[in-house]
Amino acid sequence: MGIEFIYPEFEVIRNKSRCISCRVCERQCANEVHSCDEKLKIMKCDDSKCVNCQRCVSFCPTKALKIVKSDCTLRENANWPAQTVKEIYKQANSGGVLLSSMGNPKPLPVYWDKILINASQVTNPSIDPLREPMETRVFLGKKPSKVQRSKEGKLNCTLPPQLELSMPVMFSAMSYGSISYNAHKSLALAAAELGILYNTGEGGLHEDFYCYGENTVVQVASGRFGVHADYLQAGAAIEIKIGQGAKPGIGGHLPGEKIVGDISRTRMIPEGSDAISPAPHHDIYSIEDLRQLVFSLKEATEYKKPVIVKVAAVHNIAAIASGIARSGADIIAIDGFRGGTGAAPTRIRDHVGIPIELALAAVDQRLRDEGIRSNVSLVVGGSIRSAADVIKAIALGADACYVATAALLALGCHLCRTCQSGKCNWGIATQRPELVKRLNPAMGSERLIHLMTAWKHEIKEFMGGMGINSIEALRGNRLMLRGIGLTEKELEILGISHAGE
Amino acid sequence: MQIIDAADLDYRAVNEALREAESDFIIEGCCGQRFIAAGISGKNLTINGIPGNALGAYLNNANITVNANAQDAVGDTMNEGKILIHGNIGDAAGYAMRGGKIYVQGSAGYRAGIHMKAYKEKIPVMIIGGCAGSFLGEYQAGGVIIVLGLHKDGRRIVGNFPCTGMHGGKMFLRGSCEDIHFPKQVTAKCAAADELEEIREYLSEYCLDFGYSMDELLSEPFTIITPDSKNPYKQMYVAN
Ligand code: SF4
Ligand code: SF4
Ligand code: SF4
Repeated sequence: MGIEFIYPEFEVIRNKSRCISCRVCERQCANEVHSCDEKLKIMKCDDSKCVNCQRCVSFCPTKALKIVKSDCTLRENANWPAQTVKEIYKQANSGGVLLSSMGNPKPLPVYWDKILINASQVTNPSIDPLREPMETRVFLGKKPSKVQRSKEGKLNCTLPPQLELSMPVMFSAMSYGSISYNAHKSLALAAAELGILYNTGEGGLHEDFYCYGENTVVQVASGRFGVHADYLQAGAAIEIKIGQGAKPGIGGHLPGEKIVGDISRTRMIPEGSDAISPAPHHDIYSIEDLRQLVFSLKEATEYKKPVIVKVAAVHNIAAIASGIARSGADIIAIDGFRGGTGAAPTRIRDHVGIPIELALAAVDQRLRDEGIRSNVSLVVGGSIRSAADVIKAIALGADACYVATAALLALGCHLCRTCQSGKCNWGIATQRPELVKRLNPAMGSERLIHLMTAWKHEIKEFMGGMGINSIEALRGNRLMLRGIGLTEKELEILGISHAGE
Repeated sequence: MQIIDAADLDYRAVNEALREAESDFIIEGCCGQRFIAAGISGKNLTINGIPGNALGAYLNNANITVNANAQDAVGDTMNEGKILIHGNIGDAAGYAMRGGKIYVQGSAGYRAGIHMKAYKEKIPVMIIGGCAGSFLGEYQAGGVIIVLGLHKDGRRIVGNFPCTGMHGGKMFLRGSCEDIHFPKQVTAKCAAADELEEIREYLSEYCLDFGYSMDELLSEPFTIITPDSKNPYKQMYVAN
């Protein structure tokens, strides 16, 4: 203690009249906050280690616990909020780059919350989704721009490879390594049951999960971990990861202590060695180079699988997407600046990139203007939090959405934002066997299926309300959206009118 | 032996023919077709003419002999097998290669062997007969990169910034390398006899492939470069 001391952020409040000293909290907390004084038979705690993951709160049998934000404050200062000051202390103490996890928590505008959805009244009657069929299926991939016939006049029905999704949602990339075996298994089981896809992320594919290949997007990132011909063949689609919304422009880095056992084998790097994904792919310095990687993957998989190129939403995203659409890619995935991560430098996460809403609107418009929108499908993520966000994204021009944080929440994540520690008490962002087994894949997948089924119902209700019975008819239908409290410029970029117009 | 005449075929057609072909065959008249043999296994092919970029990308288990130069990205993300080049190669050869061998008689361009990996007994090996360009073995995470510097014509054996971000594997450069600047996080020293022993098998295979003698290759000392840490970024971060 002394100059390096930073007062704990959270306080653990134990209601002594309720606590029965059962020590459940002690066993549940991998951060070793709780302990028991055997002699006095009372529970003690060390608040300084608490990350507010709510695990002990959820498991205390007598509801004796709560975690509150400490009210020990620095003198208030609008220019120097406590968080900013504490970050300076941390850096002065250690000399380290600040490292955070999950999505950008800053109060920057969430445009989804400033967009309202239309509904039919009197004319163009609404549809009752409980009575009438509603189509939520989407197909992702290149669509031919014109009908082609053979010399004899027969229709040419061969289409470029397409991904079929039962609803316009996929689970986005989270690598085996950043999340646990059981978390991956939960996602794979749920995707298979739901008729959607999950994504391996950049850590390769565990051999146990090859059987879910039809529901798997296999990722190829700059580190090329676990990439080989069988892996490429295993998935339904291949995703080239150029960037990620939480850390555009920088690489990834899974610390050596997490490279153990199966993770090391799946990534094909020695145990204990850092898994470094360089910032760029060192064989991609241009759209032509990207085209080369796209086609080398297509050649290796005999043109049977769509290739997705994933980029972070950054300033010139429309021009970048236009280039990608010409690179031979079948699908462009764009990740907004609120997207989650297992670990990213705080400053990058909070300050680099742009909101997905603006990026999506700009890209869809640009591709339409250039007449190449049907060359590619658009998938957006970072962050899609609800069925309402999905509907708004589709109406802004997306073909489907990527969700990750919402899926983790369904698996038990309480957004404590300390995934980088590897001590996730919910068995998600950890490789410790005793923690991993806390997440039961059967139960995890059931909760994911619940979540997505509920979203699907809500999507149908939105569609019915608008008098639309096929999600395809909503794509890019911006007349169904209105802005609220937005400037002229924001409305112009989003391509929507203000509420009341 | 079966012959595929590539003169009038584009890369897609070459690869289709190649997938259909018997296990041993020759591609004649190759002229810049890309992605040849991408992801294939169980074949032995000889290429006459110059293959285009990404020859043997994701190569699974096949042997490719090229009787000329090859272009960029030879053996990109290669997994198993052997690529033998009787000539020079372009940039970014063996990117993220995780197994197999790339033996080149001549020189390599920029960024050879970036992010090569290894796992247990699966160790990729790249041998460059001539010189290598800048950024050789950047981010190297495993495997063995050997540059022999034969027929250097007065050039340095590697260009600038070799081994930047190296955190695994080994690099052997023939000669004392006094004129080469290595980054701080690696150690370069004269290879001891037991260290040379580790690569003897590869070198003698290389001699057989290209008709050199071991005595000739071992007539100069080798410099071995290894990383100081498997965790180069360990101290850089503080949890927030
Ligand atoms: S870290 Fe989680 S489990 Fe531990 S005391 Fe805090 S809230 Fe409870
Ligand atoms: S889990 Fe609840 S009742 Fe049991 S020791 Fe902890 S605080 Fe007390
Ligand atoms: S995944 Fe785990 S560690 Fe990460 S935010 Fe959620 S609960 Fe916390």
